[in-house]
Amino acid sequence: MDLTGLLGFNVLVGIGTLALITVGLGVIYGMMKIINLAHGEFMMLGAYATYVSTAHGINIWIAMLVISPLFVGLVGLVVERTLIRFLYGRMIDTMLATWGLSLGLIGLMTSIFGNDPRGVSTPLHSFAIGRYDASLYGIVIILAACASLIGLFAMLRMTRFGLIVRATMQNPNMAAALGVAPPRIYMATFALGAALAGLAGGVLAPISGVSPVMGAAFIAKAFITVLGGGAAIVTGTALASTIFGFINEIVSFKTTPVIGEVALLLAAVVMIRILPQGITGRFLRRSL
Amino acid sequence: MNGSIGSRRSFLKMGGAVGGAALAMPFIARNGLAAQPIKVGCLLDESGALGLNGQPMLQATQYAVKVINDAGGLLGRPLQLISYDTQSSMQLYTQYAQQLALKDEVAVVQGGITSASREAIRPVFDRFKTLYFYNTQYEGGVCDRDIFCTGTTPAQTVSHLVPYTMQNWGKKAYIIAADYNYGQITSKWMTKYTREAGGTIAEIDFFPLDVTDFSSAISKIQQAGPNVVLSALVGANHLGFYRQWAAAGMKGKIPIASTTFGLSNELNSMDPSITDGIVTAFGWYPTVNTPSTTAFLAGMTKMFGPNLPMLSELDSATYEGMMFWAEGVKKAGTIARLPVIKALESGITIVGPSGTATMDPATHHVIHNAYLARANARKWDIVETFPASPPADTAAVCNLLKYPRTDKQFVVDVKS
Repeated sequence: MDLTGLLGFNVLVGIGTLALITVGLGVIYGMMKIINLAHGEFMMLGAYATYVSTAHGINIWIAMLVISPLFVGLVGLVVERTLIRFLYGRMIDTMLATWGLSLGLIGLMTSIFGNDPRGVSTPLHSFAIGRYDASLYGIVIILAACASLIGLFAMLRMTRFGLIVRATMQNPNMAAALGVAPPRIYMATFALGAALAGLAGGVLAPISGVSPVMGAAFIAKAFITVLGGGAAIVTGTALASTIFGFINEIVSFKTTPVIGEVALLLAAVVMIRILPQGITGRFLRRSL
Repeated sequence: MNGSIGSRRSFLKMGGAVGGAALAMPFIARNGLAAQPIKVGCLLDESGALGLNGQPMLQATQYAVKVINDAGGLLGRPLQLISYDTQSSMQLYTQYAQQLALKDEVAVVQGGITSASREAIRPVFDRFKTLYFYNTQYEGGVCDRDIFCTGTTPAQTVSHLVPYTMQNWGKKAYIIAADYNYGQITSKWMTKYTREAGGTIAEIDFFPLDVTDFSSAISKIQQAGPNVVLSALVGANHLGFYRQWAAAGMKGKIPIASTTFGLSNELNSMDPSITDGIVTAFGWYPTVNTPSTTAFLAGMTKMFGPNLPMLSELDSATYEGMMFWAEGVKKAGTIARLPVIKALESGITIVGPSGTATMDPATHHVIHNAYLARANARKWDIVETFPASPPADTAAVCNLLKYPRTDKQFVVDVKS
């Protein structure tokens, strides 16, 4: 019974982690059809923002929940203005450009901070599930993931800005005819996606460590989850994270982490075969 | 072979007057070659995933060259270091190895970090008859007359680490290791020494180098309830294990012993609340209390400034590798390959940072001190010292005095 509790908690944390690292990529890909290969490096920048802030004595919660997303959002803004905006509608070119960007960011951070992993200490301790112990910080990850998804949903559904964003994504020409400036909306959306990546990096920094090459460990999973989720960003991310996170955690526990990853990839292959447009390409198509 | 090329050059230079007699007449040779430095080669990863280990190793090499040159060089000639950054890439290892052997014609090559890189360049140096020193702690078993290994092997470290944990913490161990040859072989040694100490293995888990999430592993360990966790995890991603272990509140409950923790500046990059209490065994720690360690640290700090990372066995063994070669050259009176090998096989002893170290003629590995230490407030507290530990694992399968033509890495068969 205790073990079931511990496993259940781990599964929730696994799902939360997956949702957190995916949602930023989902916003940029789902809304703008841009494949951002620098997503992992945006997370890395968020992690460094948290590391540098805490090293300068700033409260860790402010660092990871406020400074990291703001900083990476600003970086995203600059990147969009200087690089991405010339490449809309050219998917292969954006892949190449963002891949170059990711290499550049890794090189830049290595020359500033060196390539040794830095650490941010975990702000919370542990709690008992029966006779087992689990990290209280896992709850922070779950909450951050829920907040990202719910916040995104609320913004898209309930605000005027969200309405304009959805309209622009659906039909930019019509939106422009009605007085919206699509370039501005694209800019804001890209910055939003980057900010969410920064938040993920900041929140995961205490448990994964901070190094220039840390992004590579997350990027593949994030892409698989986005593709598995399909067109609807919020619902798709939540559903795909739940399925993949559950499979990964359970199989990892029952066998080894290697088999766990294999199971995740197998599940993804099977799902893409059955649902080529992702989960929300067939079910819940009108969701967000 | 290098020596004979050198003498051919001097032959031309001196207009054929002394020529072939140059080696036999050291006084004339010294005058003729005074302007010509001895080239020594170095292959280390200064960038990429292993740059973290390679940079201080290169600094230790540069420091060793400086120490030798400050003392007047070797055979009256200064050393000139030629180093290439292999960028954590196997392809560059073989490319630069050929360059060092054929273009630069160095007298010796020091370097290589992972076992994979060593096995990539060892055949190159065999083919082109270049002397090679490998200075990393590794899984043991290399048996080749052209190579000298100055790092520790499992018989020198794991053999002390495992019995310590069995005696102090309990008999049931859980092994977690990196999923490539180092982790696989080291886990076998851990199993062997655990059984020999009367202990049992709860389970062995292997992790690919890109794993960052250890929550399922930590749950499994809790379920198995071992007395000790033995870790051979490698690389930056795997450091997440120690963070998540502490965050899950396990640190105070099940102690950790490791064969790799501390080689990459871990005590400075992680909080003491995570690292305190972890026990390791290596051939050297910066806190080893000997005059040679003090001198090594002072010299390195003077040369490279106070921002050095925490040095480890990798750096002390690299320094000692160069010093062993220098002693061999002094004793042989030449830099020619075969005489230097023969001189090193006569059982040369040096005093390096780790203390007195002796080259074992039969295995080309080093008999040196091993230490067991516990992390405490960003420092290694030395718990036990094991003087003159022999490389017993390699010695069990390798005898280069009897079979000098051996050229392979024995994978030591651990009965499980």
